[in-house]
Amino acid sequence: MSARRTIPAPIRRAVSAGILIAAVTVLGACGSEGSPASQGAPAGTAPAAVPSSASSAGSASPAPSAAAAAGATLTITDPWVKTAPKGMSAAFGTLVNPTDTEVTVVSGASPLSPMIELHEVVESGGKMIMRPKEGGFVIPPRGTHRLQPGGDHIMLMGVTEAVKPGARIPFTLTLKGGGTLEFTAIGKEFAGGKEDYEPGTHAEGDKGDG
Amino acid sequence: MREPRLSRRGLLAGGAATAAGALAACAPDQVLSPAAPRPAAASPAPSGVSRVPGGSDGSGGLVTEPFDGVHQAGIATPPQTYGVFVGLDLLPGVGREALGRMMRLLTDDARRLTQGRPALADTEPELAVLPSRLTVTFGFGPGLFTAAGLSGRRPGQVAPLPAFTVDRLRKEWSGGDLLLQICADDALTLTHALRMTVKDARAFAKVRWTQRGFRRGAYTHAAGLTQRNVMGQLDGTVNPLPGTPDFDRAVWVSDGPAWLRGGTTLVLRRIRAEMETWDAVDRAGKEFTVGRRLDDGAPLTGRDERDEADFTRLNAIGFPVISEQAHIRRAHVADPGMRMLRRVYNYDEGLTPDGHADSGLLFASYQADIDRQFVPVQRRLAEADLLNEWTTPIGSAVFAVPPGCPPDGWIGESLLG
Repeated sequence: MSARRTIPAPIRRAVSAGILIAAVTVLGACGSEGSPASQGAPAGTAPAAVPSSASSAGSASPAPSAAAAAGATLTITDPWVKTAPKGMSAAFGTLVNPTDTEVTVVSGASPLSPMIELHEVVESGGKMIMRPKEGGFVIPPRGTHRLQPGGDHIMLMGVTEAVKPGARIPFTLTLKGGGTLEFTAIGKEFAGGKEDYEPGTHAEGDKGDG
Repeated sequence: MREPRLSRRGLLAGGAATAAGALAACAPDQVLSPAAPRPAAASPAPSGVSRVPGGSDGSGGLVTEPFDGVHQAGIATPPQTYGVFVGLDLLPGVGREALGRMMRLLTDDARRLTQGRPALADTEPELAVLPSRLTVTFGFGPGLFTAAGLSGRRPGQVAPLPAFTVDRLRKEWSGGDLLLQICADDALTLTHALRMTVKDARAFAKVRWTQRGFRRGAYTHAAGLTQRNVMGQLDGTVNPLPGTPDFDRAVWVSDGPAWLRGGTTLVLRRIRAEMETWDAVDRAGKEFTVGRRLDDGAPLTGRDERDEADFTRLNAIGFPVISEQAHIRRAHVADPGMRMLRRVYNYDEGLTPDGHADSGLLFASYQADIDRQFVPVQRRLAEADLLNEWTTPIGSAVFAVPPGCPPDGWIGESLLG
């Protein structure tokens, strides 16, 4: 039995253009079969430009799924949401802008929480605090924007039911200009990402769990 | 045997082949059909030819084993240098829905890490970039079926083995509802994969036991050659060869419950080697016990390791050359399609204050049918195998090993989905 020789990340980056073409081809082929398109990507790191009609609801694995309405102006790879019994949580992933123009995410929504904010983490008085990000998340043309613990993230407050490990949580991001990005984030246990709120923005002394 | 060097150019070409393979894999019926060939890059070599890259340029760290496919990886895969088996017990209240969430998470971790990509929310992503032929294989113990409310779909053979007279089983090495088998040619890669998968499992299960093993390394020992165990014996000479019809018949489940077809079963026995008393046996005695020569592994009736043993030959005074109680006679199975696949690791857990070893074998055996393939052999060995004097089974666990899955599927979906 022969090992398949694939290319781990550092090398893959160097040939990302070629792989990207391959991935898009894969997606096109899968989409025409009506299967959840982003699931077929060989690497899972390639942006998935999915027609708005594609559904991610039936996806079987926790690999990222993304469907962009409004003409595939933005996608997200590896979306996940930190597990939480209730209260606060946060969602992460890498926003990918495949277009030639800047894209701005101005708000987020999920059935999981009535109150979702786009947050950043900044240093203030020698410690890291999180606060709403002025102007939202800006993704440059042909660029990416990482949402990660300790950095920008989608903050969920008043989570209405427990986010369980492996749960599939739907999200909708609204873009400047009215377009939306819908995706499903996977519940994942994670120890980090516990910055404090900026004093005054929420209940004093609250410990953020994002 | 000179091993082919793996060039960076070769790796890049392989990447292109992988993308093409994924393309072909988009049609789920193709992936699920046992008749469908795997992508060419992942097809089995015709024999146990070595293809693990040698040399010291580090290229071996980049080699991957495919994750998606008809069968789970880590079974027909030529054994990697390091292996860890983890037995877990499901937490109370974990049922079918939770098991589905768990297996989706674990499948995703395995799919990424085996291909040299960090797990989702990987805390040490740099440790994921040298997959080193990493495989992650999952097994379901008897208790998982009960927890899922699916006792009716548990194959009868997936149950604790009958008691054998030689057994000295310990609870801390036996049983388990869920098995993780993680193998790689690099110990740090294995450690990272173990940590990332267990972190996702522990919301659902507690670790019952961890058994670590090793073989001679991929860079020091050609993959096609039979390995030696801690007792110095060549171990695994008569083993089904991946890619042959006999292998497929011996290992992959082809009837019984539909959900397990393309899967197999794993019997994991922890067999302690009684090294202190084995030391007291002279060389001729050791060879008589097994029925093979120690130096070249040839049967006592032959000249070459691969020679068929002649169990009828008598010596000058009329006794069988290979004793009636020699290990290879008691273990012999004439039908190649009824043999078990032994994928054995050594263990060595350190020394007593007196300097005695705690070592032996993690005897991992895969077969389509435990009752027809494993149990009869083990019964014959327990009844009268000279080697029993120096080997003691101290752990035993049995798992159903579900089939593999397509790129958009997850391991266990055919049972839990």
